[in-house]
Amino acid sequence: MTESSTIGTRIRQRRLSQGMRQSALADLAGISPSYLNLIEHNRRRIGGKILLRLAEALEVDVPVLSQGGEAALLSGLRDVVSQTPRTDGTAPPELDRLEEFAGRFPGWAQLLADTYQRSEQRERLVQALTDRLAHDPHLAESLHEVLSVVTAIRSTASILVDTRQLEPEWQARFHRNINEDSRRLAEGAEELVRYLDAAPGSASDIRSPQEEMDQFLAAHDYHFEALEPGGGGDIDALVADSDILSLSSARSLCRSALQQYRTDAVRVPLGPLRAALAEIGMHPAALARRLQVDLATLLRRLAFLPVKDVGPVGLVIVDGAGAMLLRRPLDGFAMTRLAGSCPLWPVFRVLSQPAGAVQQRLIQPTRDARTVNALACVAPIEAMAVNEPPLLRGVMFLWPANEEDAPEEAHTIQPVGTSCRICARTRCVARRESSLLEGGGEPT
Amino acid sequence: MNRQVLLIEDEPNIIEAISFILSRDGWQVKTHSNGRDAVDVVRARRPDLVILDVMLPGRSGFDILTDIRNSDDLAATPVLMLTARGQRKDRELAEQGGVNRYMTKPFSNSEMLSAVRELVGT
Repeated sequence: MTESSTIGTRIRQRRLSQGMRQSALADLAGISPSYLNLIEHNRRRIGGKILLRLAEALEVDVPVLSQGGEAALLSGLRDVVSQTPRTDGTAPPELDRLEEFAGRFPGWAQLLADTYQRSEQRERLVQALTDRLAHDPHLAESLHEVLSVVTAIRSTASILVDTRQLEPEWQARFHRNINEDSRRLAEGAEELVRYLDAAPGSASDIRSPQEEMDQFLAAHDYHFEALEPGGGGDIDALVADSDILSLSSARSLCRSALQQYRTDAVRVPLGPLRAALAEIGMHPAALARRLQVDLATLLRRLAFLPVKDVGPVGLVIVDGAGAMLLRRPLDGFAMTRLAGSCPLWPVFRVLSQPAGAVQQRLIQPTRDARTVNALACVAPIEAMAVNEPPLLRGVMFLWPANEEDAPEEAHTIQPVGTSCRICARTRCVARRESSLLEGGGEPT
Repeated sequence: MNRQVLLIEDEPNIIEAISFILSRDGWQVKTHSNGRDAVDVVRARRPDLVILDVMLPGRSGFDILTDIRNSDDLAATPVLMLTARGQRKDRELAEQGGVNRYMTKPFSNSEMLSAVRELVGT
């Protein structure tokens, strides 16, 4: 069977999917039904005028019926077959019917080829990351450097401690060596951290749609001047022009986030918000009262202001199932999308008392944690409906806590976690699984 | 008689520390810092023990070890190898090459001293 012979299969498929009888199509194309039958069963090669008339009758472009992207698709499918090891006992793929398959189910065939290609890319990436750890010359070099310096420090330090009556010249010399080595060690360790932080793929390779959205929003500094009233910005264009957003699901996430942004921007215009901020300061509840807007809208709005207006701030929006829909990270308060968050966060607690807002000072048990203010409230997804329990989202706004301006609502600091697996808090009633960290708590 | 140790290592402060410890213990310590001509230096000095770092500029410690074991005049010299990589593969390589003792960095001074005493049999 030649590749062009699958034209017949595609014509037949098109006709059947349109519910057209063979005789009706033959009529439209001005050929006999028996000739069409031969064509459809790939027994006659066609081209030129007959192909054109058939394409017109089926209301498709000629390339859809003729070769098109078929050659690439077929070679992609052959790759799938040749590169995939067969499991014993399973039927082999019907190689002799490959072209028929691609012709009759082009969509499925393409999906199969694409899926295979994606899995290939993933495999290469995994390979690259594994190689990186096992054979990475830079990593090996850095570790070697660190270990060498540690060896020198250890030896020198124990000479200083263990040698009785060490001459002052030697003592001074070893002190100097330790000082020198400790500086090198610090640099080496820093270099190592920097290198691991900049791992290939941390910025580009494995990303979920949510992570792409996070990067997109961060790249715009969480503010879109063009989407303010009168800004004339086009959401679709903003999203389409981004070279961060590679996944269509990420683009649609961003579109809905930006639509919400635009709605919020109309309800809380920038001018009055800045004026109120200047007068009242960072007191979200008071700002909402002043601007006569619901708290959730105000919190979202505050979180999408440029740093120069509000300083560093954070935002977490979750749905009722606990999934993190949107986040703006804040230094000193860790939030991860990779695992479930800490149920102690006020954004989850407020879901059980949707009529009120919760303001707390929070501290996480991590080394670089800082005390933050958190204000959480809920936002219904849709207008209230009779006899329908409402669908709610939790919105939590975060900003750094200053000792001097402790708000009356939050006298004490509430210890919370990040995510159970990486949380060091002990005796936590909310724990759902053990921590990987040493000394981390067991589930109670 | 003063027993002689040849330390082949390129990290200056490690050289200084090891030299100090061994000298205080009564050893005569000579040092050398590159891999290329290390075997020639071993041949010239005829030490009672070679302390050999694996990662040297110019030539790997494994190659140097192999050369020492393959030359009739040096083959009997005890060799203590130092490595910053504790991987099993390195240890296997060293053992195949005929190392007498293998130490992973960082080590303690007393470990080093007792290894040296043991290898030279004092």
